[in-house]
Amino acid sequence: MMRLELVKRPQRSMLFSALSPFIAFMLTIIAGAILFALLGVNPLKAFQIYFLEPVSQVWQLHELAIKAAPLILIGVGLSVCYRANIWNIGAEGQFILGGIVGSSIPVLFPQFEGPLVLPLMLLFGMVGGAAYAAIPALLKTRFNTNEILTSLMLVYVAQLFLDWLVRGPWRDPKGFNFPQTIQFNDSAILPELMPASGRANWGFVFALVAAVLVWILMSRMLKGFEVRVLGSSPRAGRFAGFGINRMVFFAFMLSGALAGLAGISEVSGAIGQLQPVISPGYGFAAIIVAFLGRLNPLGIVAAGLVLALTYLGGEAVQSALGISDKVARVFQGMLLFFVLGCDTLIHYRIRLIGFAAPKLESAPKLEEAR
Amino acid sequence: MDITVNILLTIATAATPLLIAAIGELVVERSGVLNLGVEGMMIMGAVGGFGAGYLTGSPWIGLLAAIALGAVFSLLFAVMTLSLATNQVATGLSLTLLGLGLSGMMGTSFVGQPGARLPNLDIPGLTAIPVIGRLLFGQDPIFYISIALTAAVMWFLFKTRTGLTLRSIGDSHTSAHALGIQVIRYRYLAVIFGGACAGLAGGHLSLVYTPQWVENMTAGRGWIALALVVFASWRPWRVLAGAYIFGAVWIGQLHAQAFGIPVPSQLLSSLPYLATIVVLVLISRNKRLTMMNTPASLGQPFVPDR
Repeated sequence: MMRLELVKRPQRSMLFSALSPFIAFMLTIIAGAILFALLGVNPLKAFQIYFLEPVSQVWQLHELAIKAAPLILIGVGLSVCYRANIWNIGAEGQFILGGIVGSSIPVLFPQFEGPLVLPLMLLFGMVGGAAYAAIPALLKTRFNTNEILTSLMLVYVAQLFLDWLVRGPWRDPKGFNFPQTIQFNDSAILPELMPASGRANWGFVFALVAAVLVWILMSRMLKGFEVRVLGSSPRAGRFAGFGINRMVFFAFMLSGALAGLAGISEVSGAIGQLQPVISPGYGFAAIIVAFLGRLNPLGIVAAGLVLALTYLGGEAVQSALGISDKVARVFQGMLLFFVLGCDTLIHYRIRLIGFAAPKLESAPKLEEAR
Repeated sequence: MDITVNILLTIATAATPLLIAAIGELVVERSGVLNLGVEGMMIMGAVGGFGAGYLTGSPWIGLLAAIALGAVFSLLFAVMTLSLATNQVATGLSLTLLGLGLSGMMGTSFVGQPGARLPNLDIPGLTAIPVIGRLLFGQDPIFYISIALTAAVMWFLFKTRTGLTLRSIGDSHTSAHALGIQVIRYRYLAVIFGGACAGLAGGHLSLVYTPQWVENMTAGRGWIALALVVFASWRPWRVLAGAYIFGAVWIGQLHAQAFGIPVPSQLLSSLPYLATIVVLVLISRNKRLTMMNTPASLGQPFVPDR
């Protein structure tokens, strides 16, 4: 049988480290072409609609920035977690809680106006996200509970909590029974950057600032070193006196705060009120963003733009070709698959072994030895 | 009495997909591989099962399609993590994300269509026995498969030589490799078995539980199945017990909603997820015990040296 064999490289390949996201993107394009062909659509035409038309006009670039902002914010936070080998996959829930806690100000105090409203909302959003992320951190450090499962379960809980709020206590009394809160007052709306040319708001700036700050944290500060040491070798980290439990809280709450900031920015920027659903899966897509960006904050900015484009492209092919916009999810999933696969090339060379490979080197079978 | 029987029957229906998916994942994890893609494989099984049943009109063909799709989908994970030694956590996550997207796309035309339902067992004479007749002889075929599967996996893991080998690989792939065991081959088979189980579990959802296609209809069951394996300390009969406890929670909250208990329905809906967290906390509290039960090489990539 034909099989693959991995041969460890003496050191990590810088070449493939830089190339792998691009190879992955090419493979996704090829797989996407096959997918479109199977759906009976001319791949070239589909790609034109998917990747080019959504960014062919200035106002569309604004839409791209709106979609990219939460992906970058969350992805940057998650990269710190994943570097530390801590698996927060509940960013979607932290995003929602950030949106809820931040929105509590305009919803509960609609009379409260002025320049203080927005900063307070953003702060509340970050606190909400961080606090929600602290739950799996607490359970992991105190009770040794698997953070993957608990953080994910909390996503469902957050979604249901939001659903309850907007259908129950926070529902707009004059909203004709629609499940939504009141429209936020003007001072609770995140301003647009360049209202003349499009809708993009300050959320995108937050994303860029967060990326730069986390990049400085990770590459220039002791805390970033601590993250990397504990991530690659917890034992070495312990000898160096780095506390694992503190790191779990740090990583979870940092990523939670950023996801919460993304949540409240989305609600007060793009939406303007709370609704039963405030995220098209940003928290999960951001996992892909983090890996596609090589867990590097600056790479994540680029990756966030790419993933934002897959969202816009999905909407475009749906309206132009009648293909389900779920195609975006498929593209995102394939992209992550190919990135992970290509990353193997950084550490290994791949050798293909032919059909009748002589098994000279195979050890004697257990049964034969007996 | 009839109500009790009905409730027990619905609990069994809710528990069956959890049990099957968890038993499959248990074998995978016993071999030392952590596949977080259960939710994705399950939803692929659900859409494939519904689609094949709907297009051919035969729920049995649907059943086979569900198993096949789950297995094929898991093969993706196997190639990535076993042949290319990618990070298992990230790869499993991407399998789930891809599965949710693909199934949504494949299922677009199935939304709102009436599906084919697998018929319940009906043995003349036996099924008509009061109370135990319907419990023992009147359930859907996948229920019986799930029980047989649990027994078979128990026997396989703890009574056969191959099962012992599989467990030894899960505990130390390097030692197993040194003994000349084909680590990667065993793991491939385990992962594909897990995929087939997850596919079957998904098929149960769309062919028995609610015979229709709804997007994201697995609703986190794949993740709960993963939690069940931890809860069960990697032992099949405890998975059985756990699945039925969770089935009861799931059905209990549905009944509570139907009775109009003055508690927000969203709170009741979140009970299965909250229960999962509570159960994980209780079972993982004892660090030493958890470490003893967990397959020692779980989640670590293995590249044979030569």
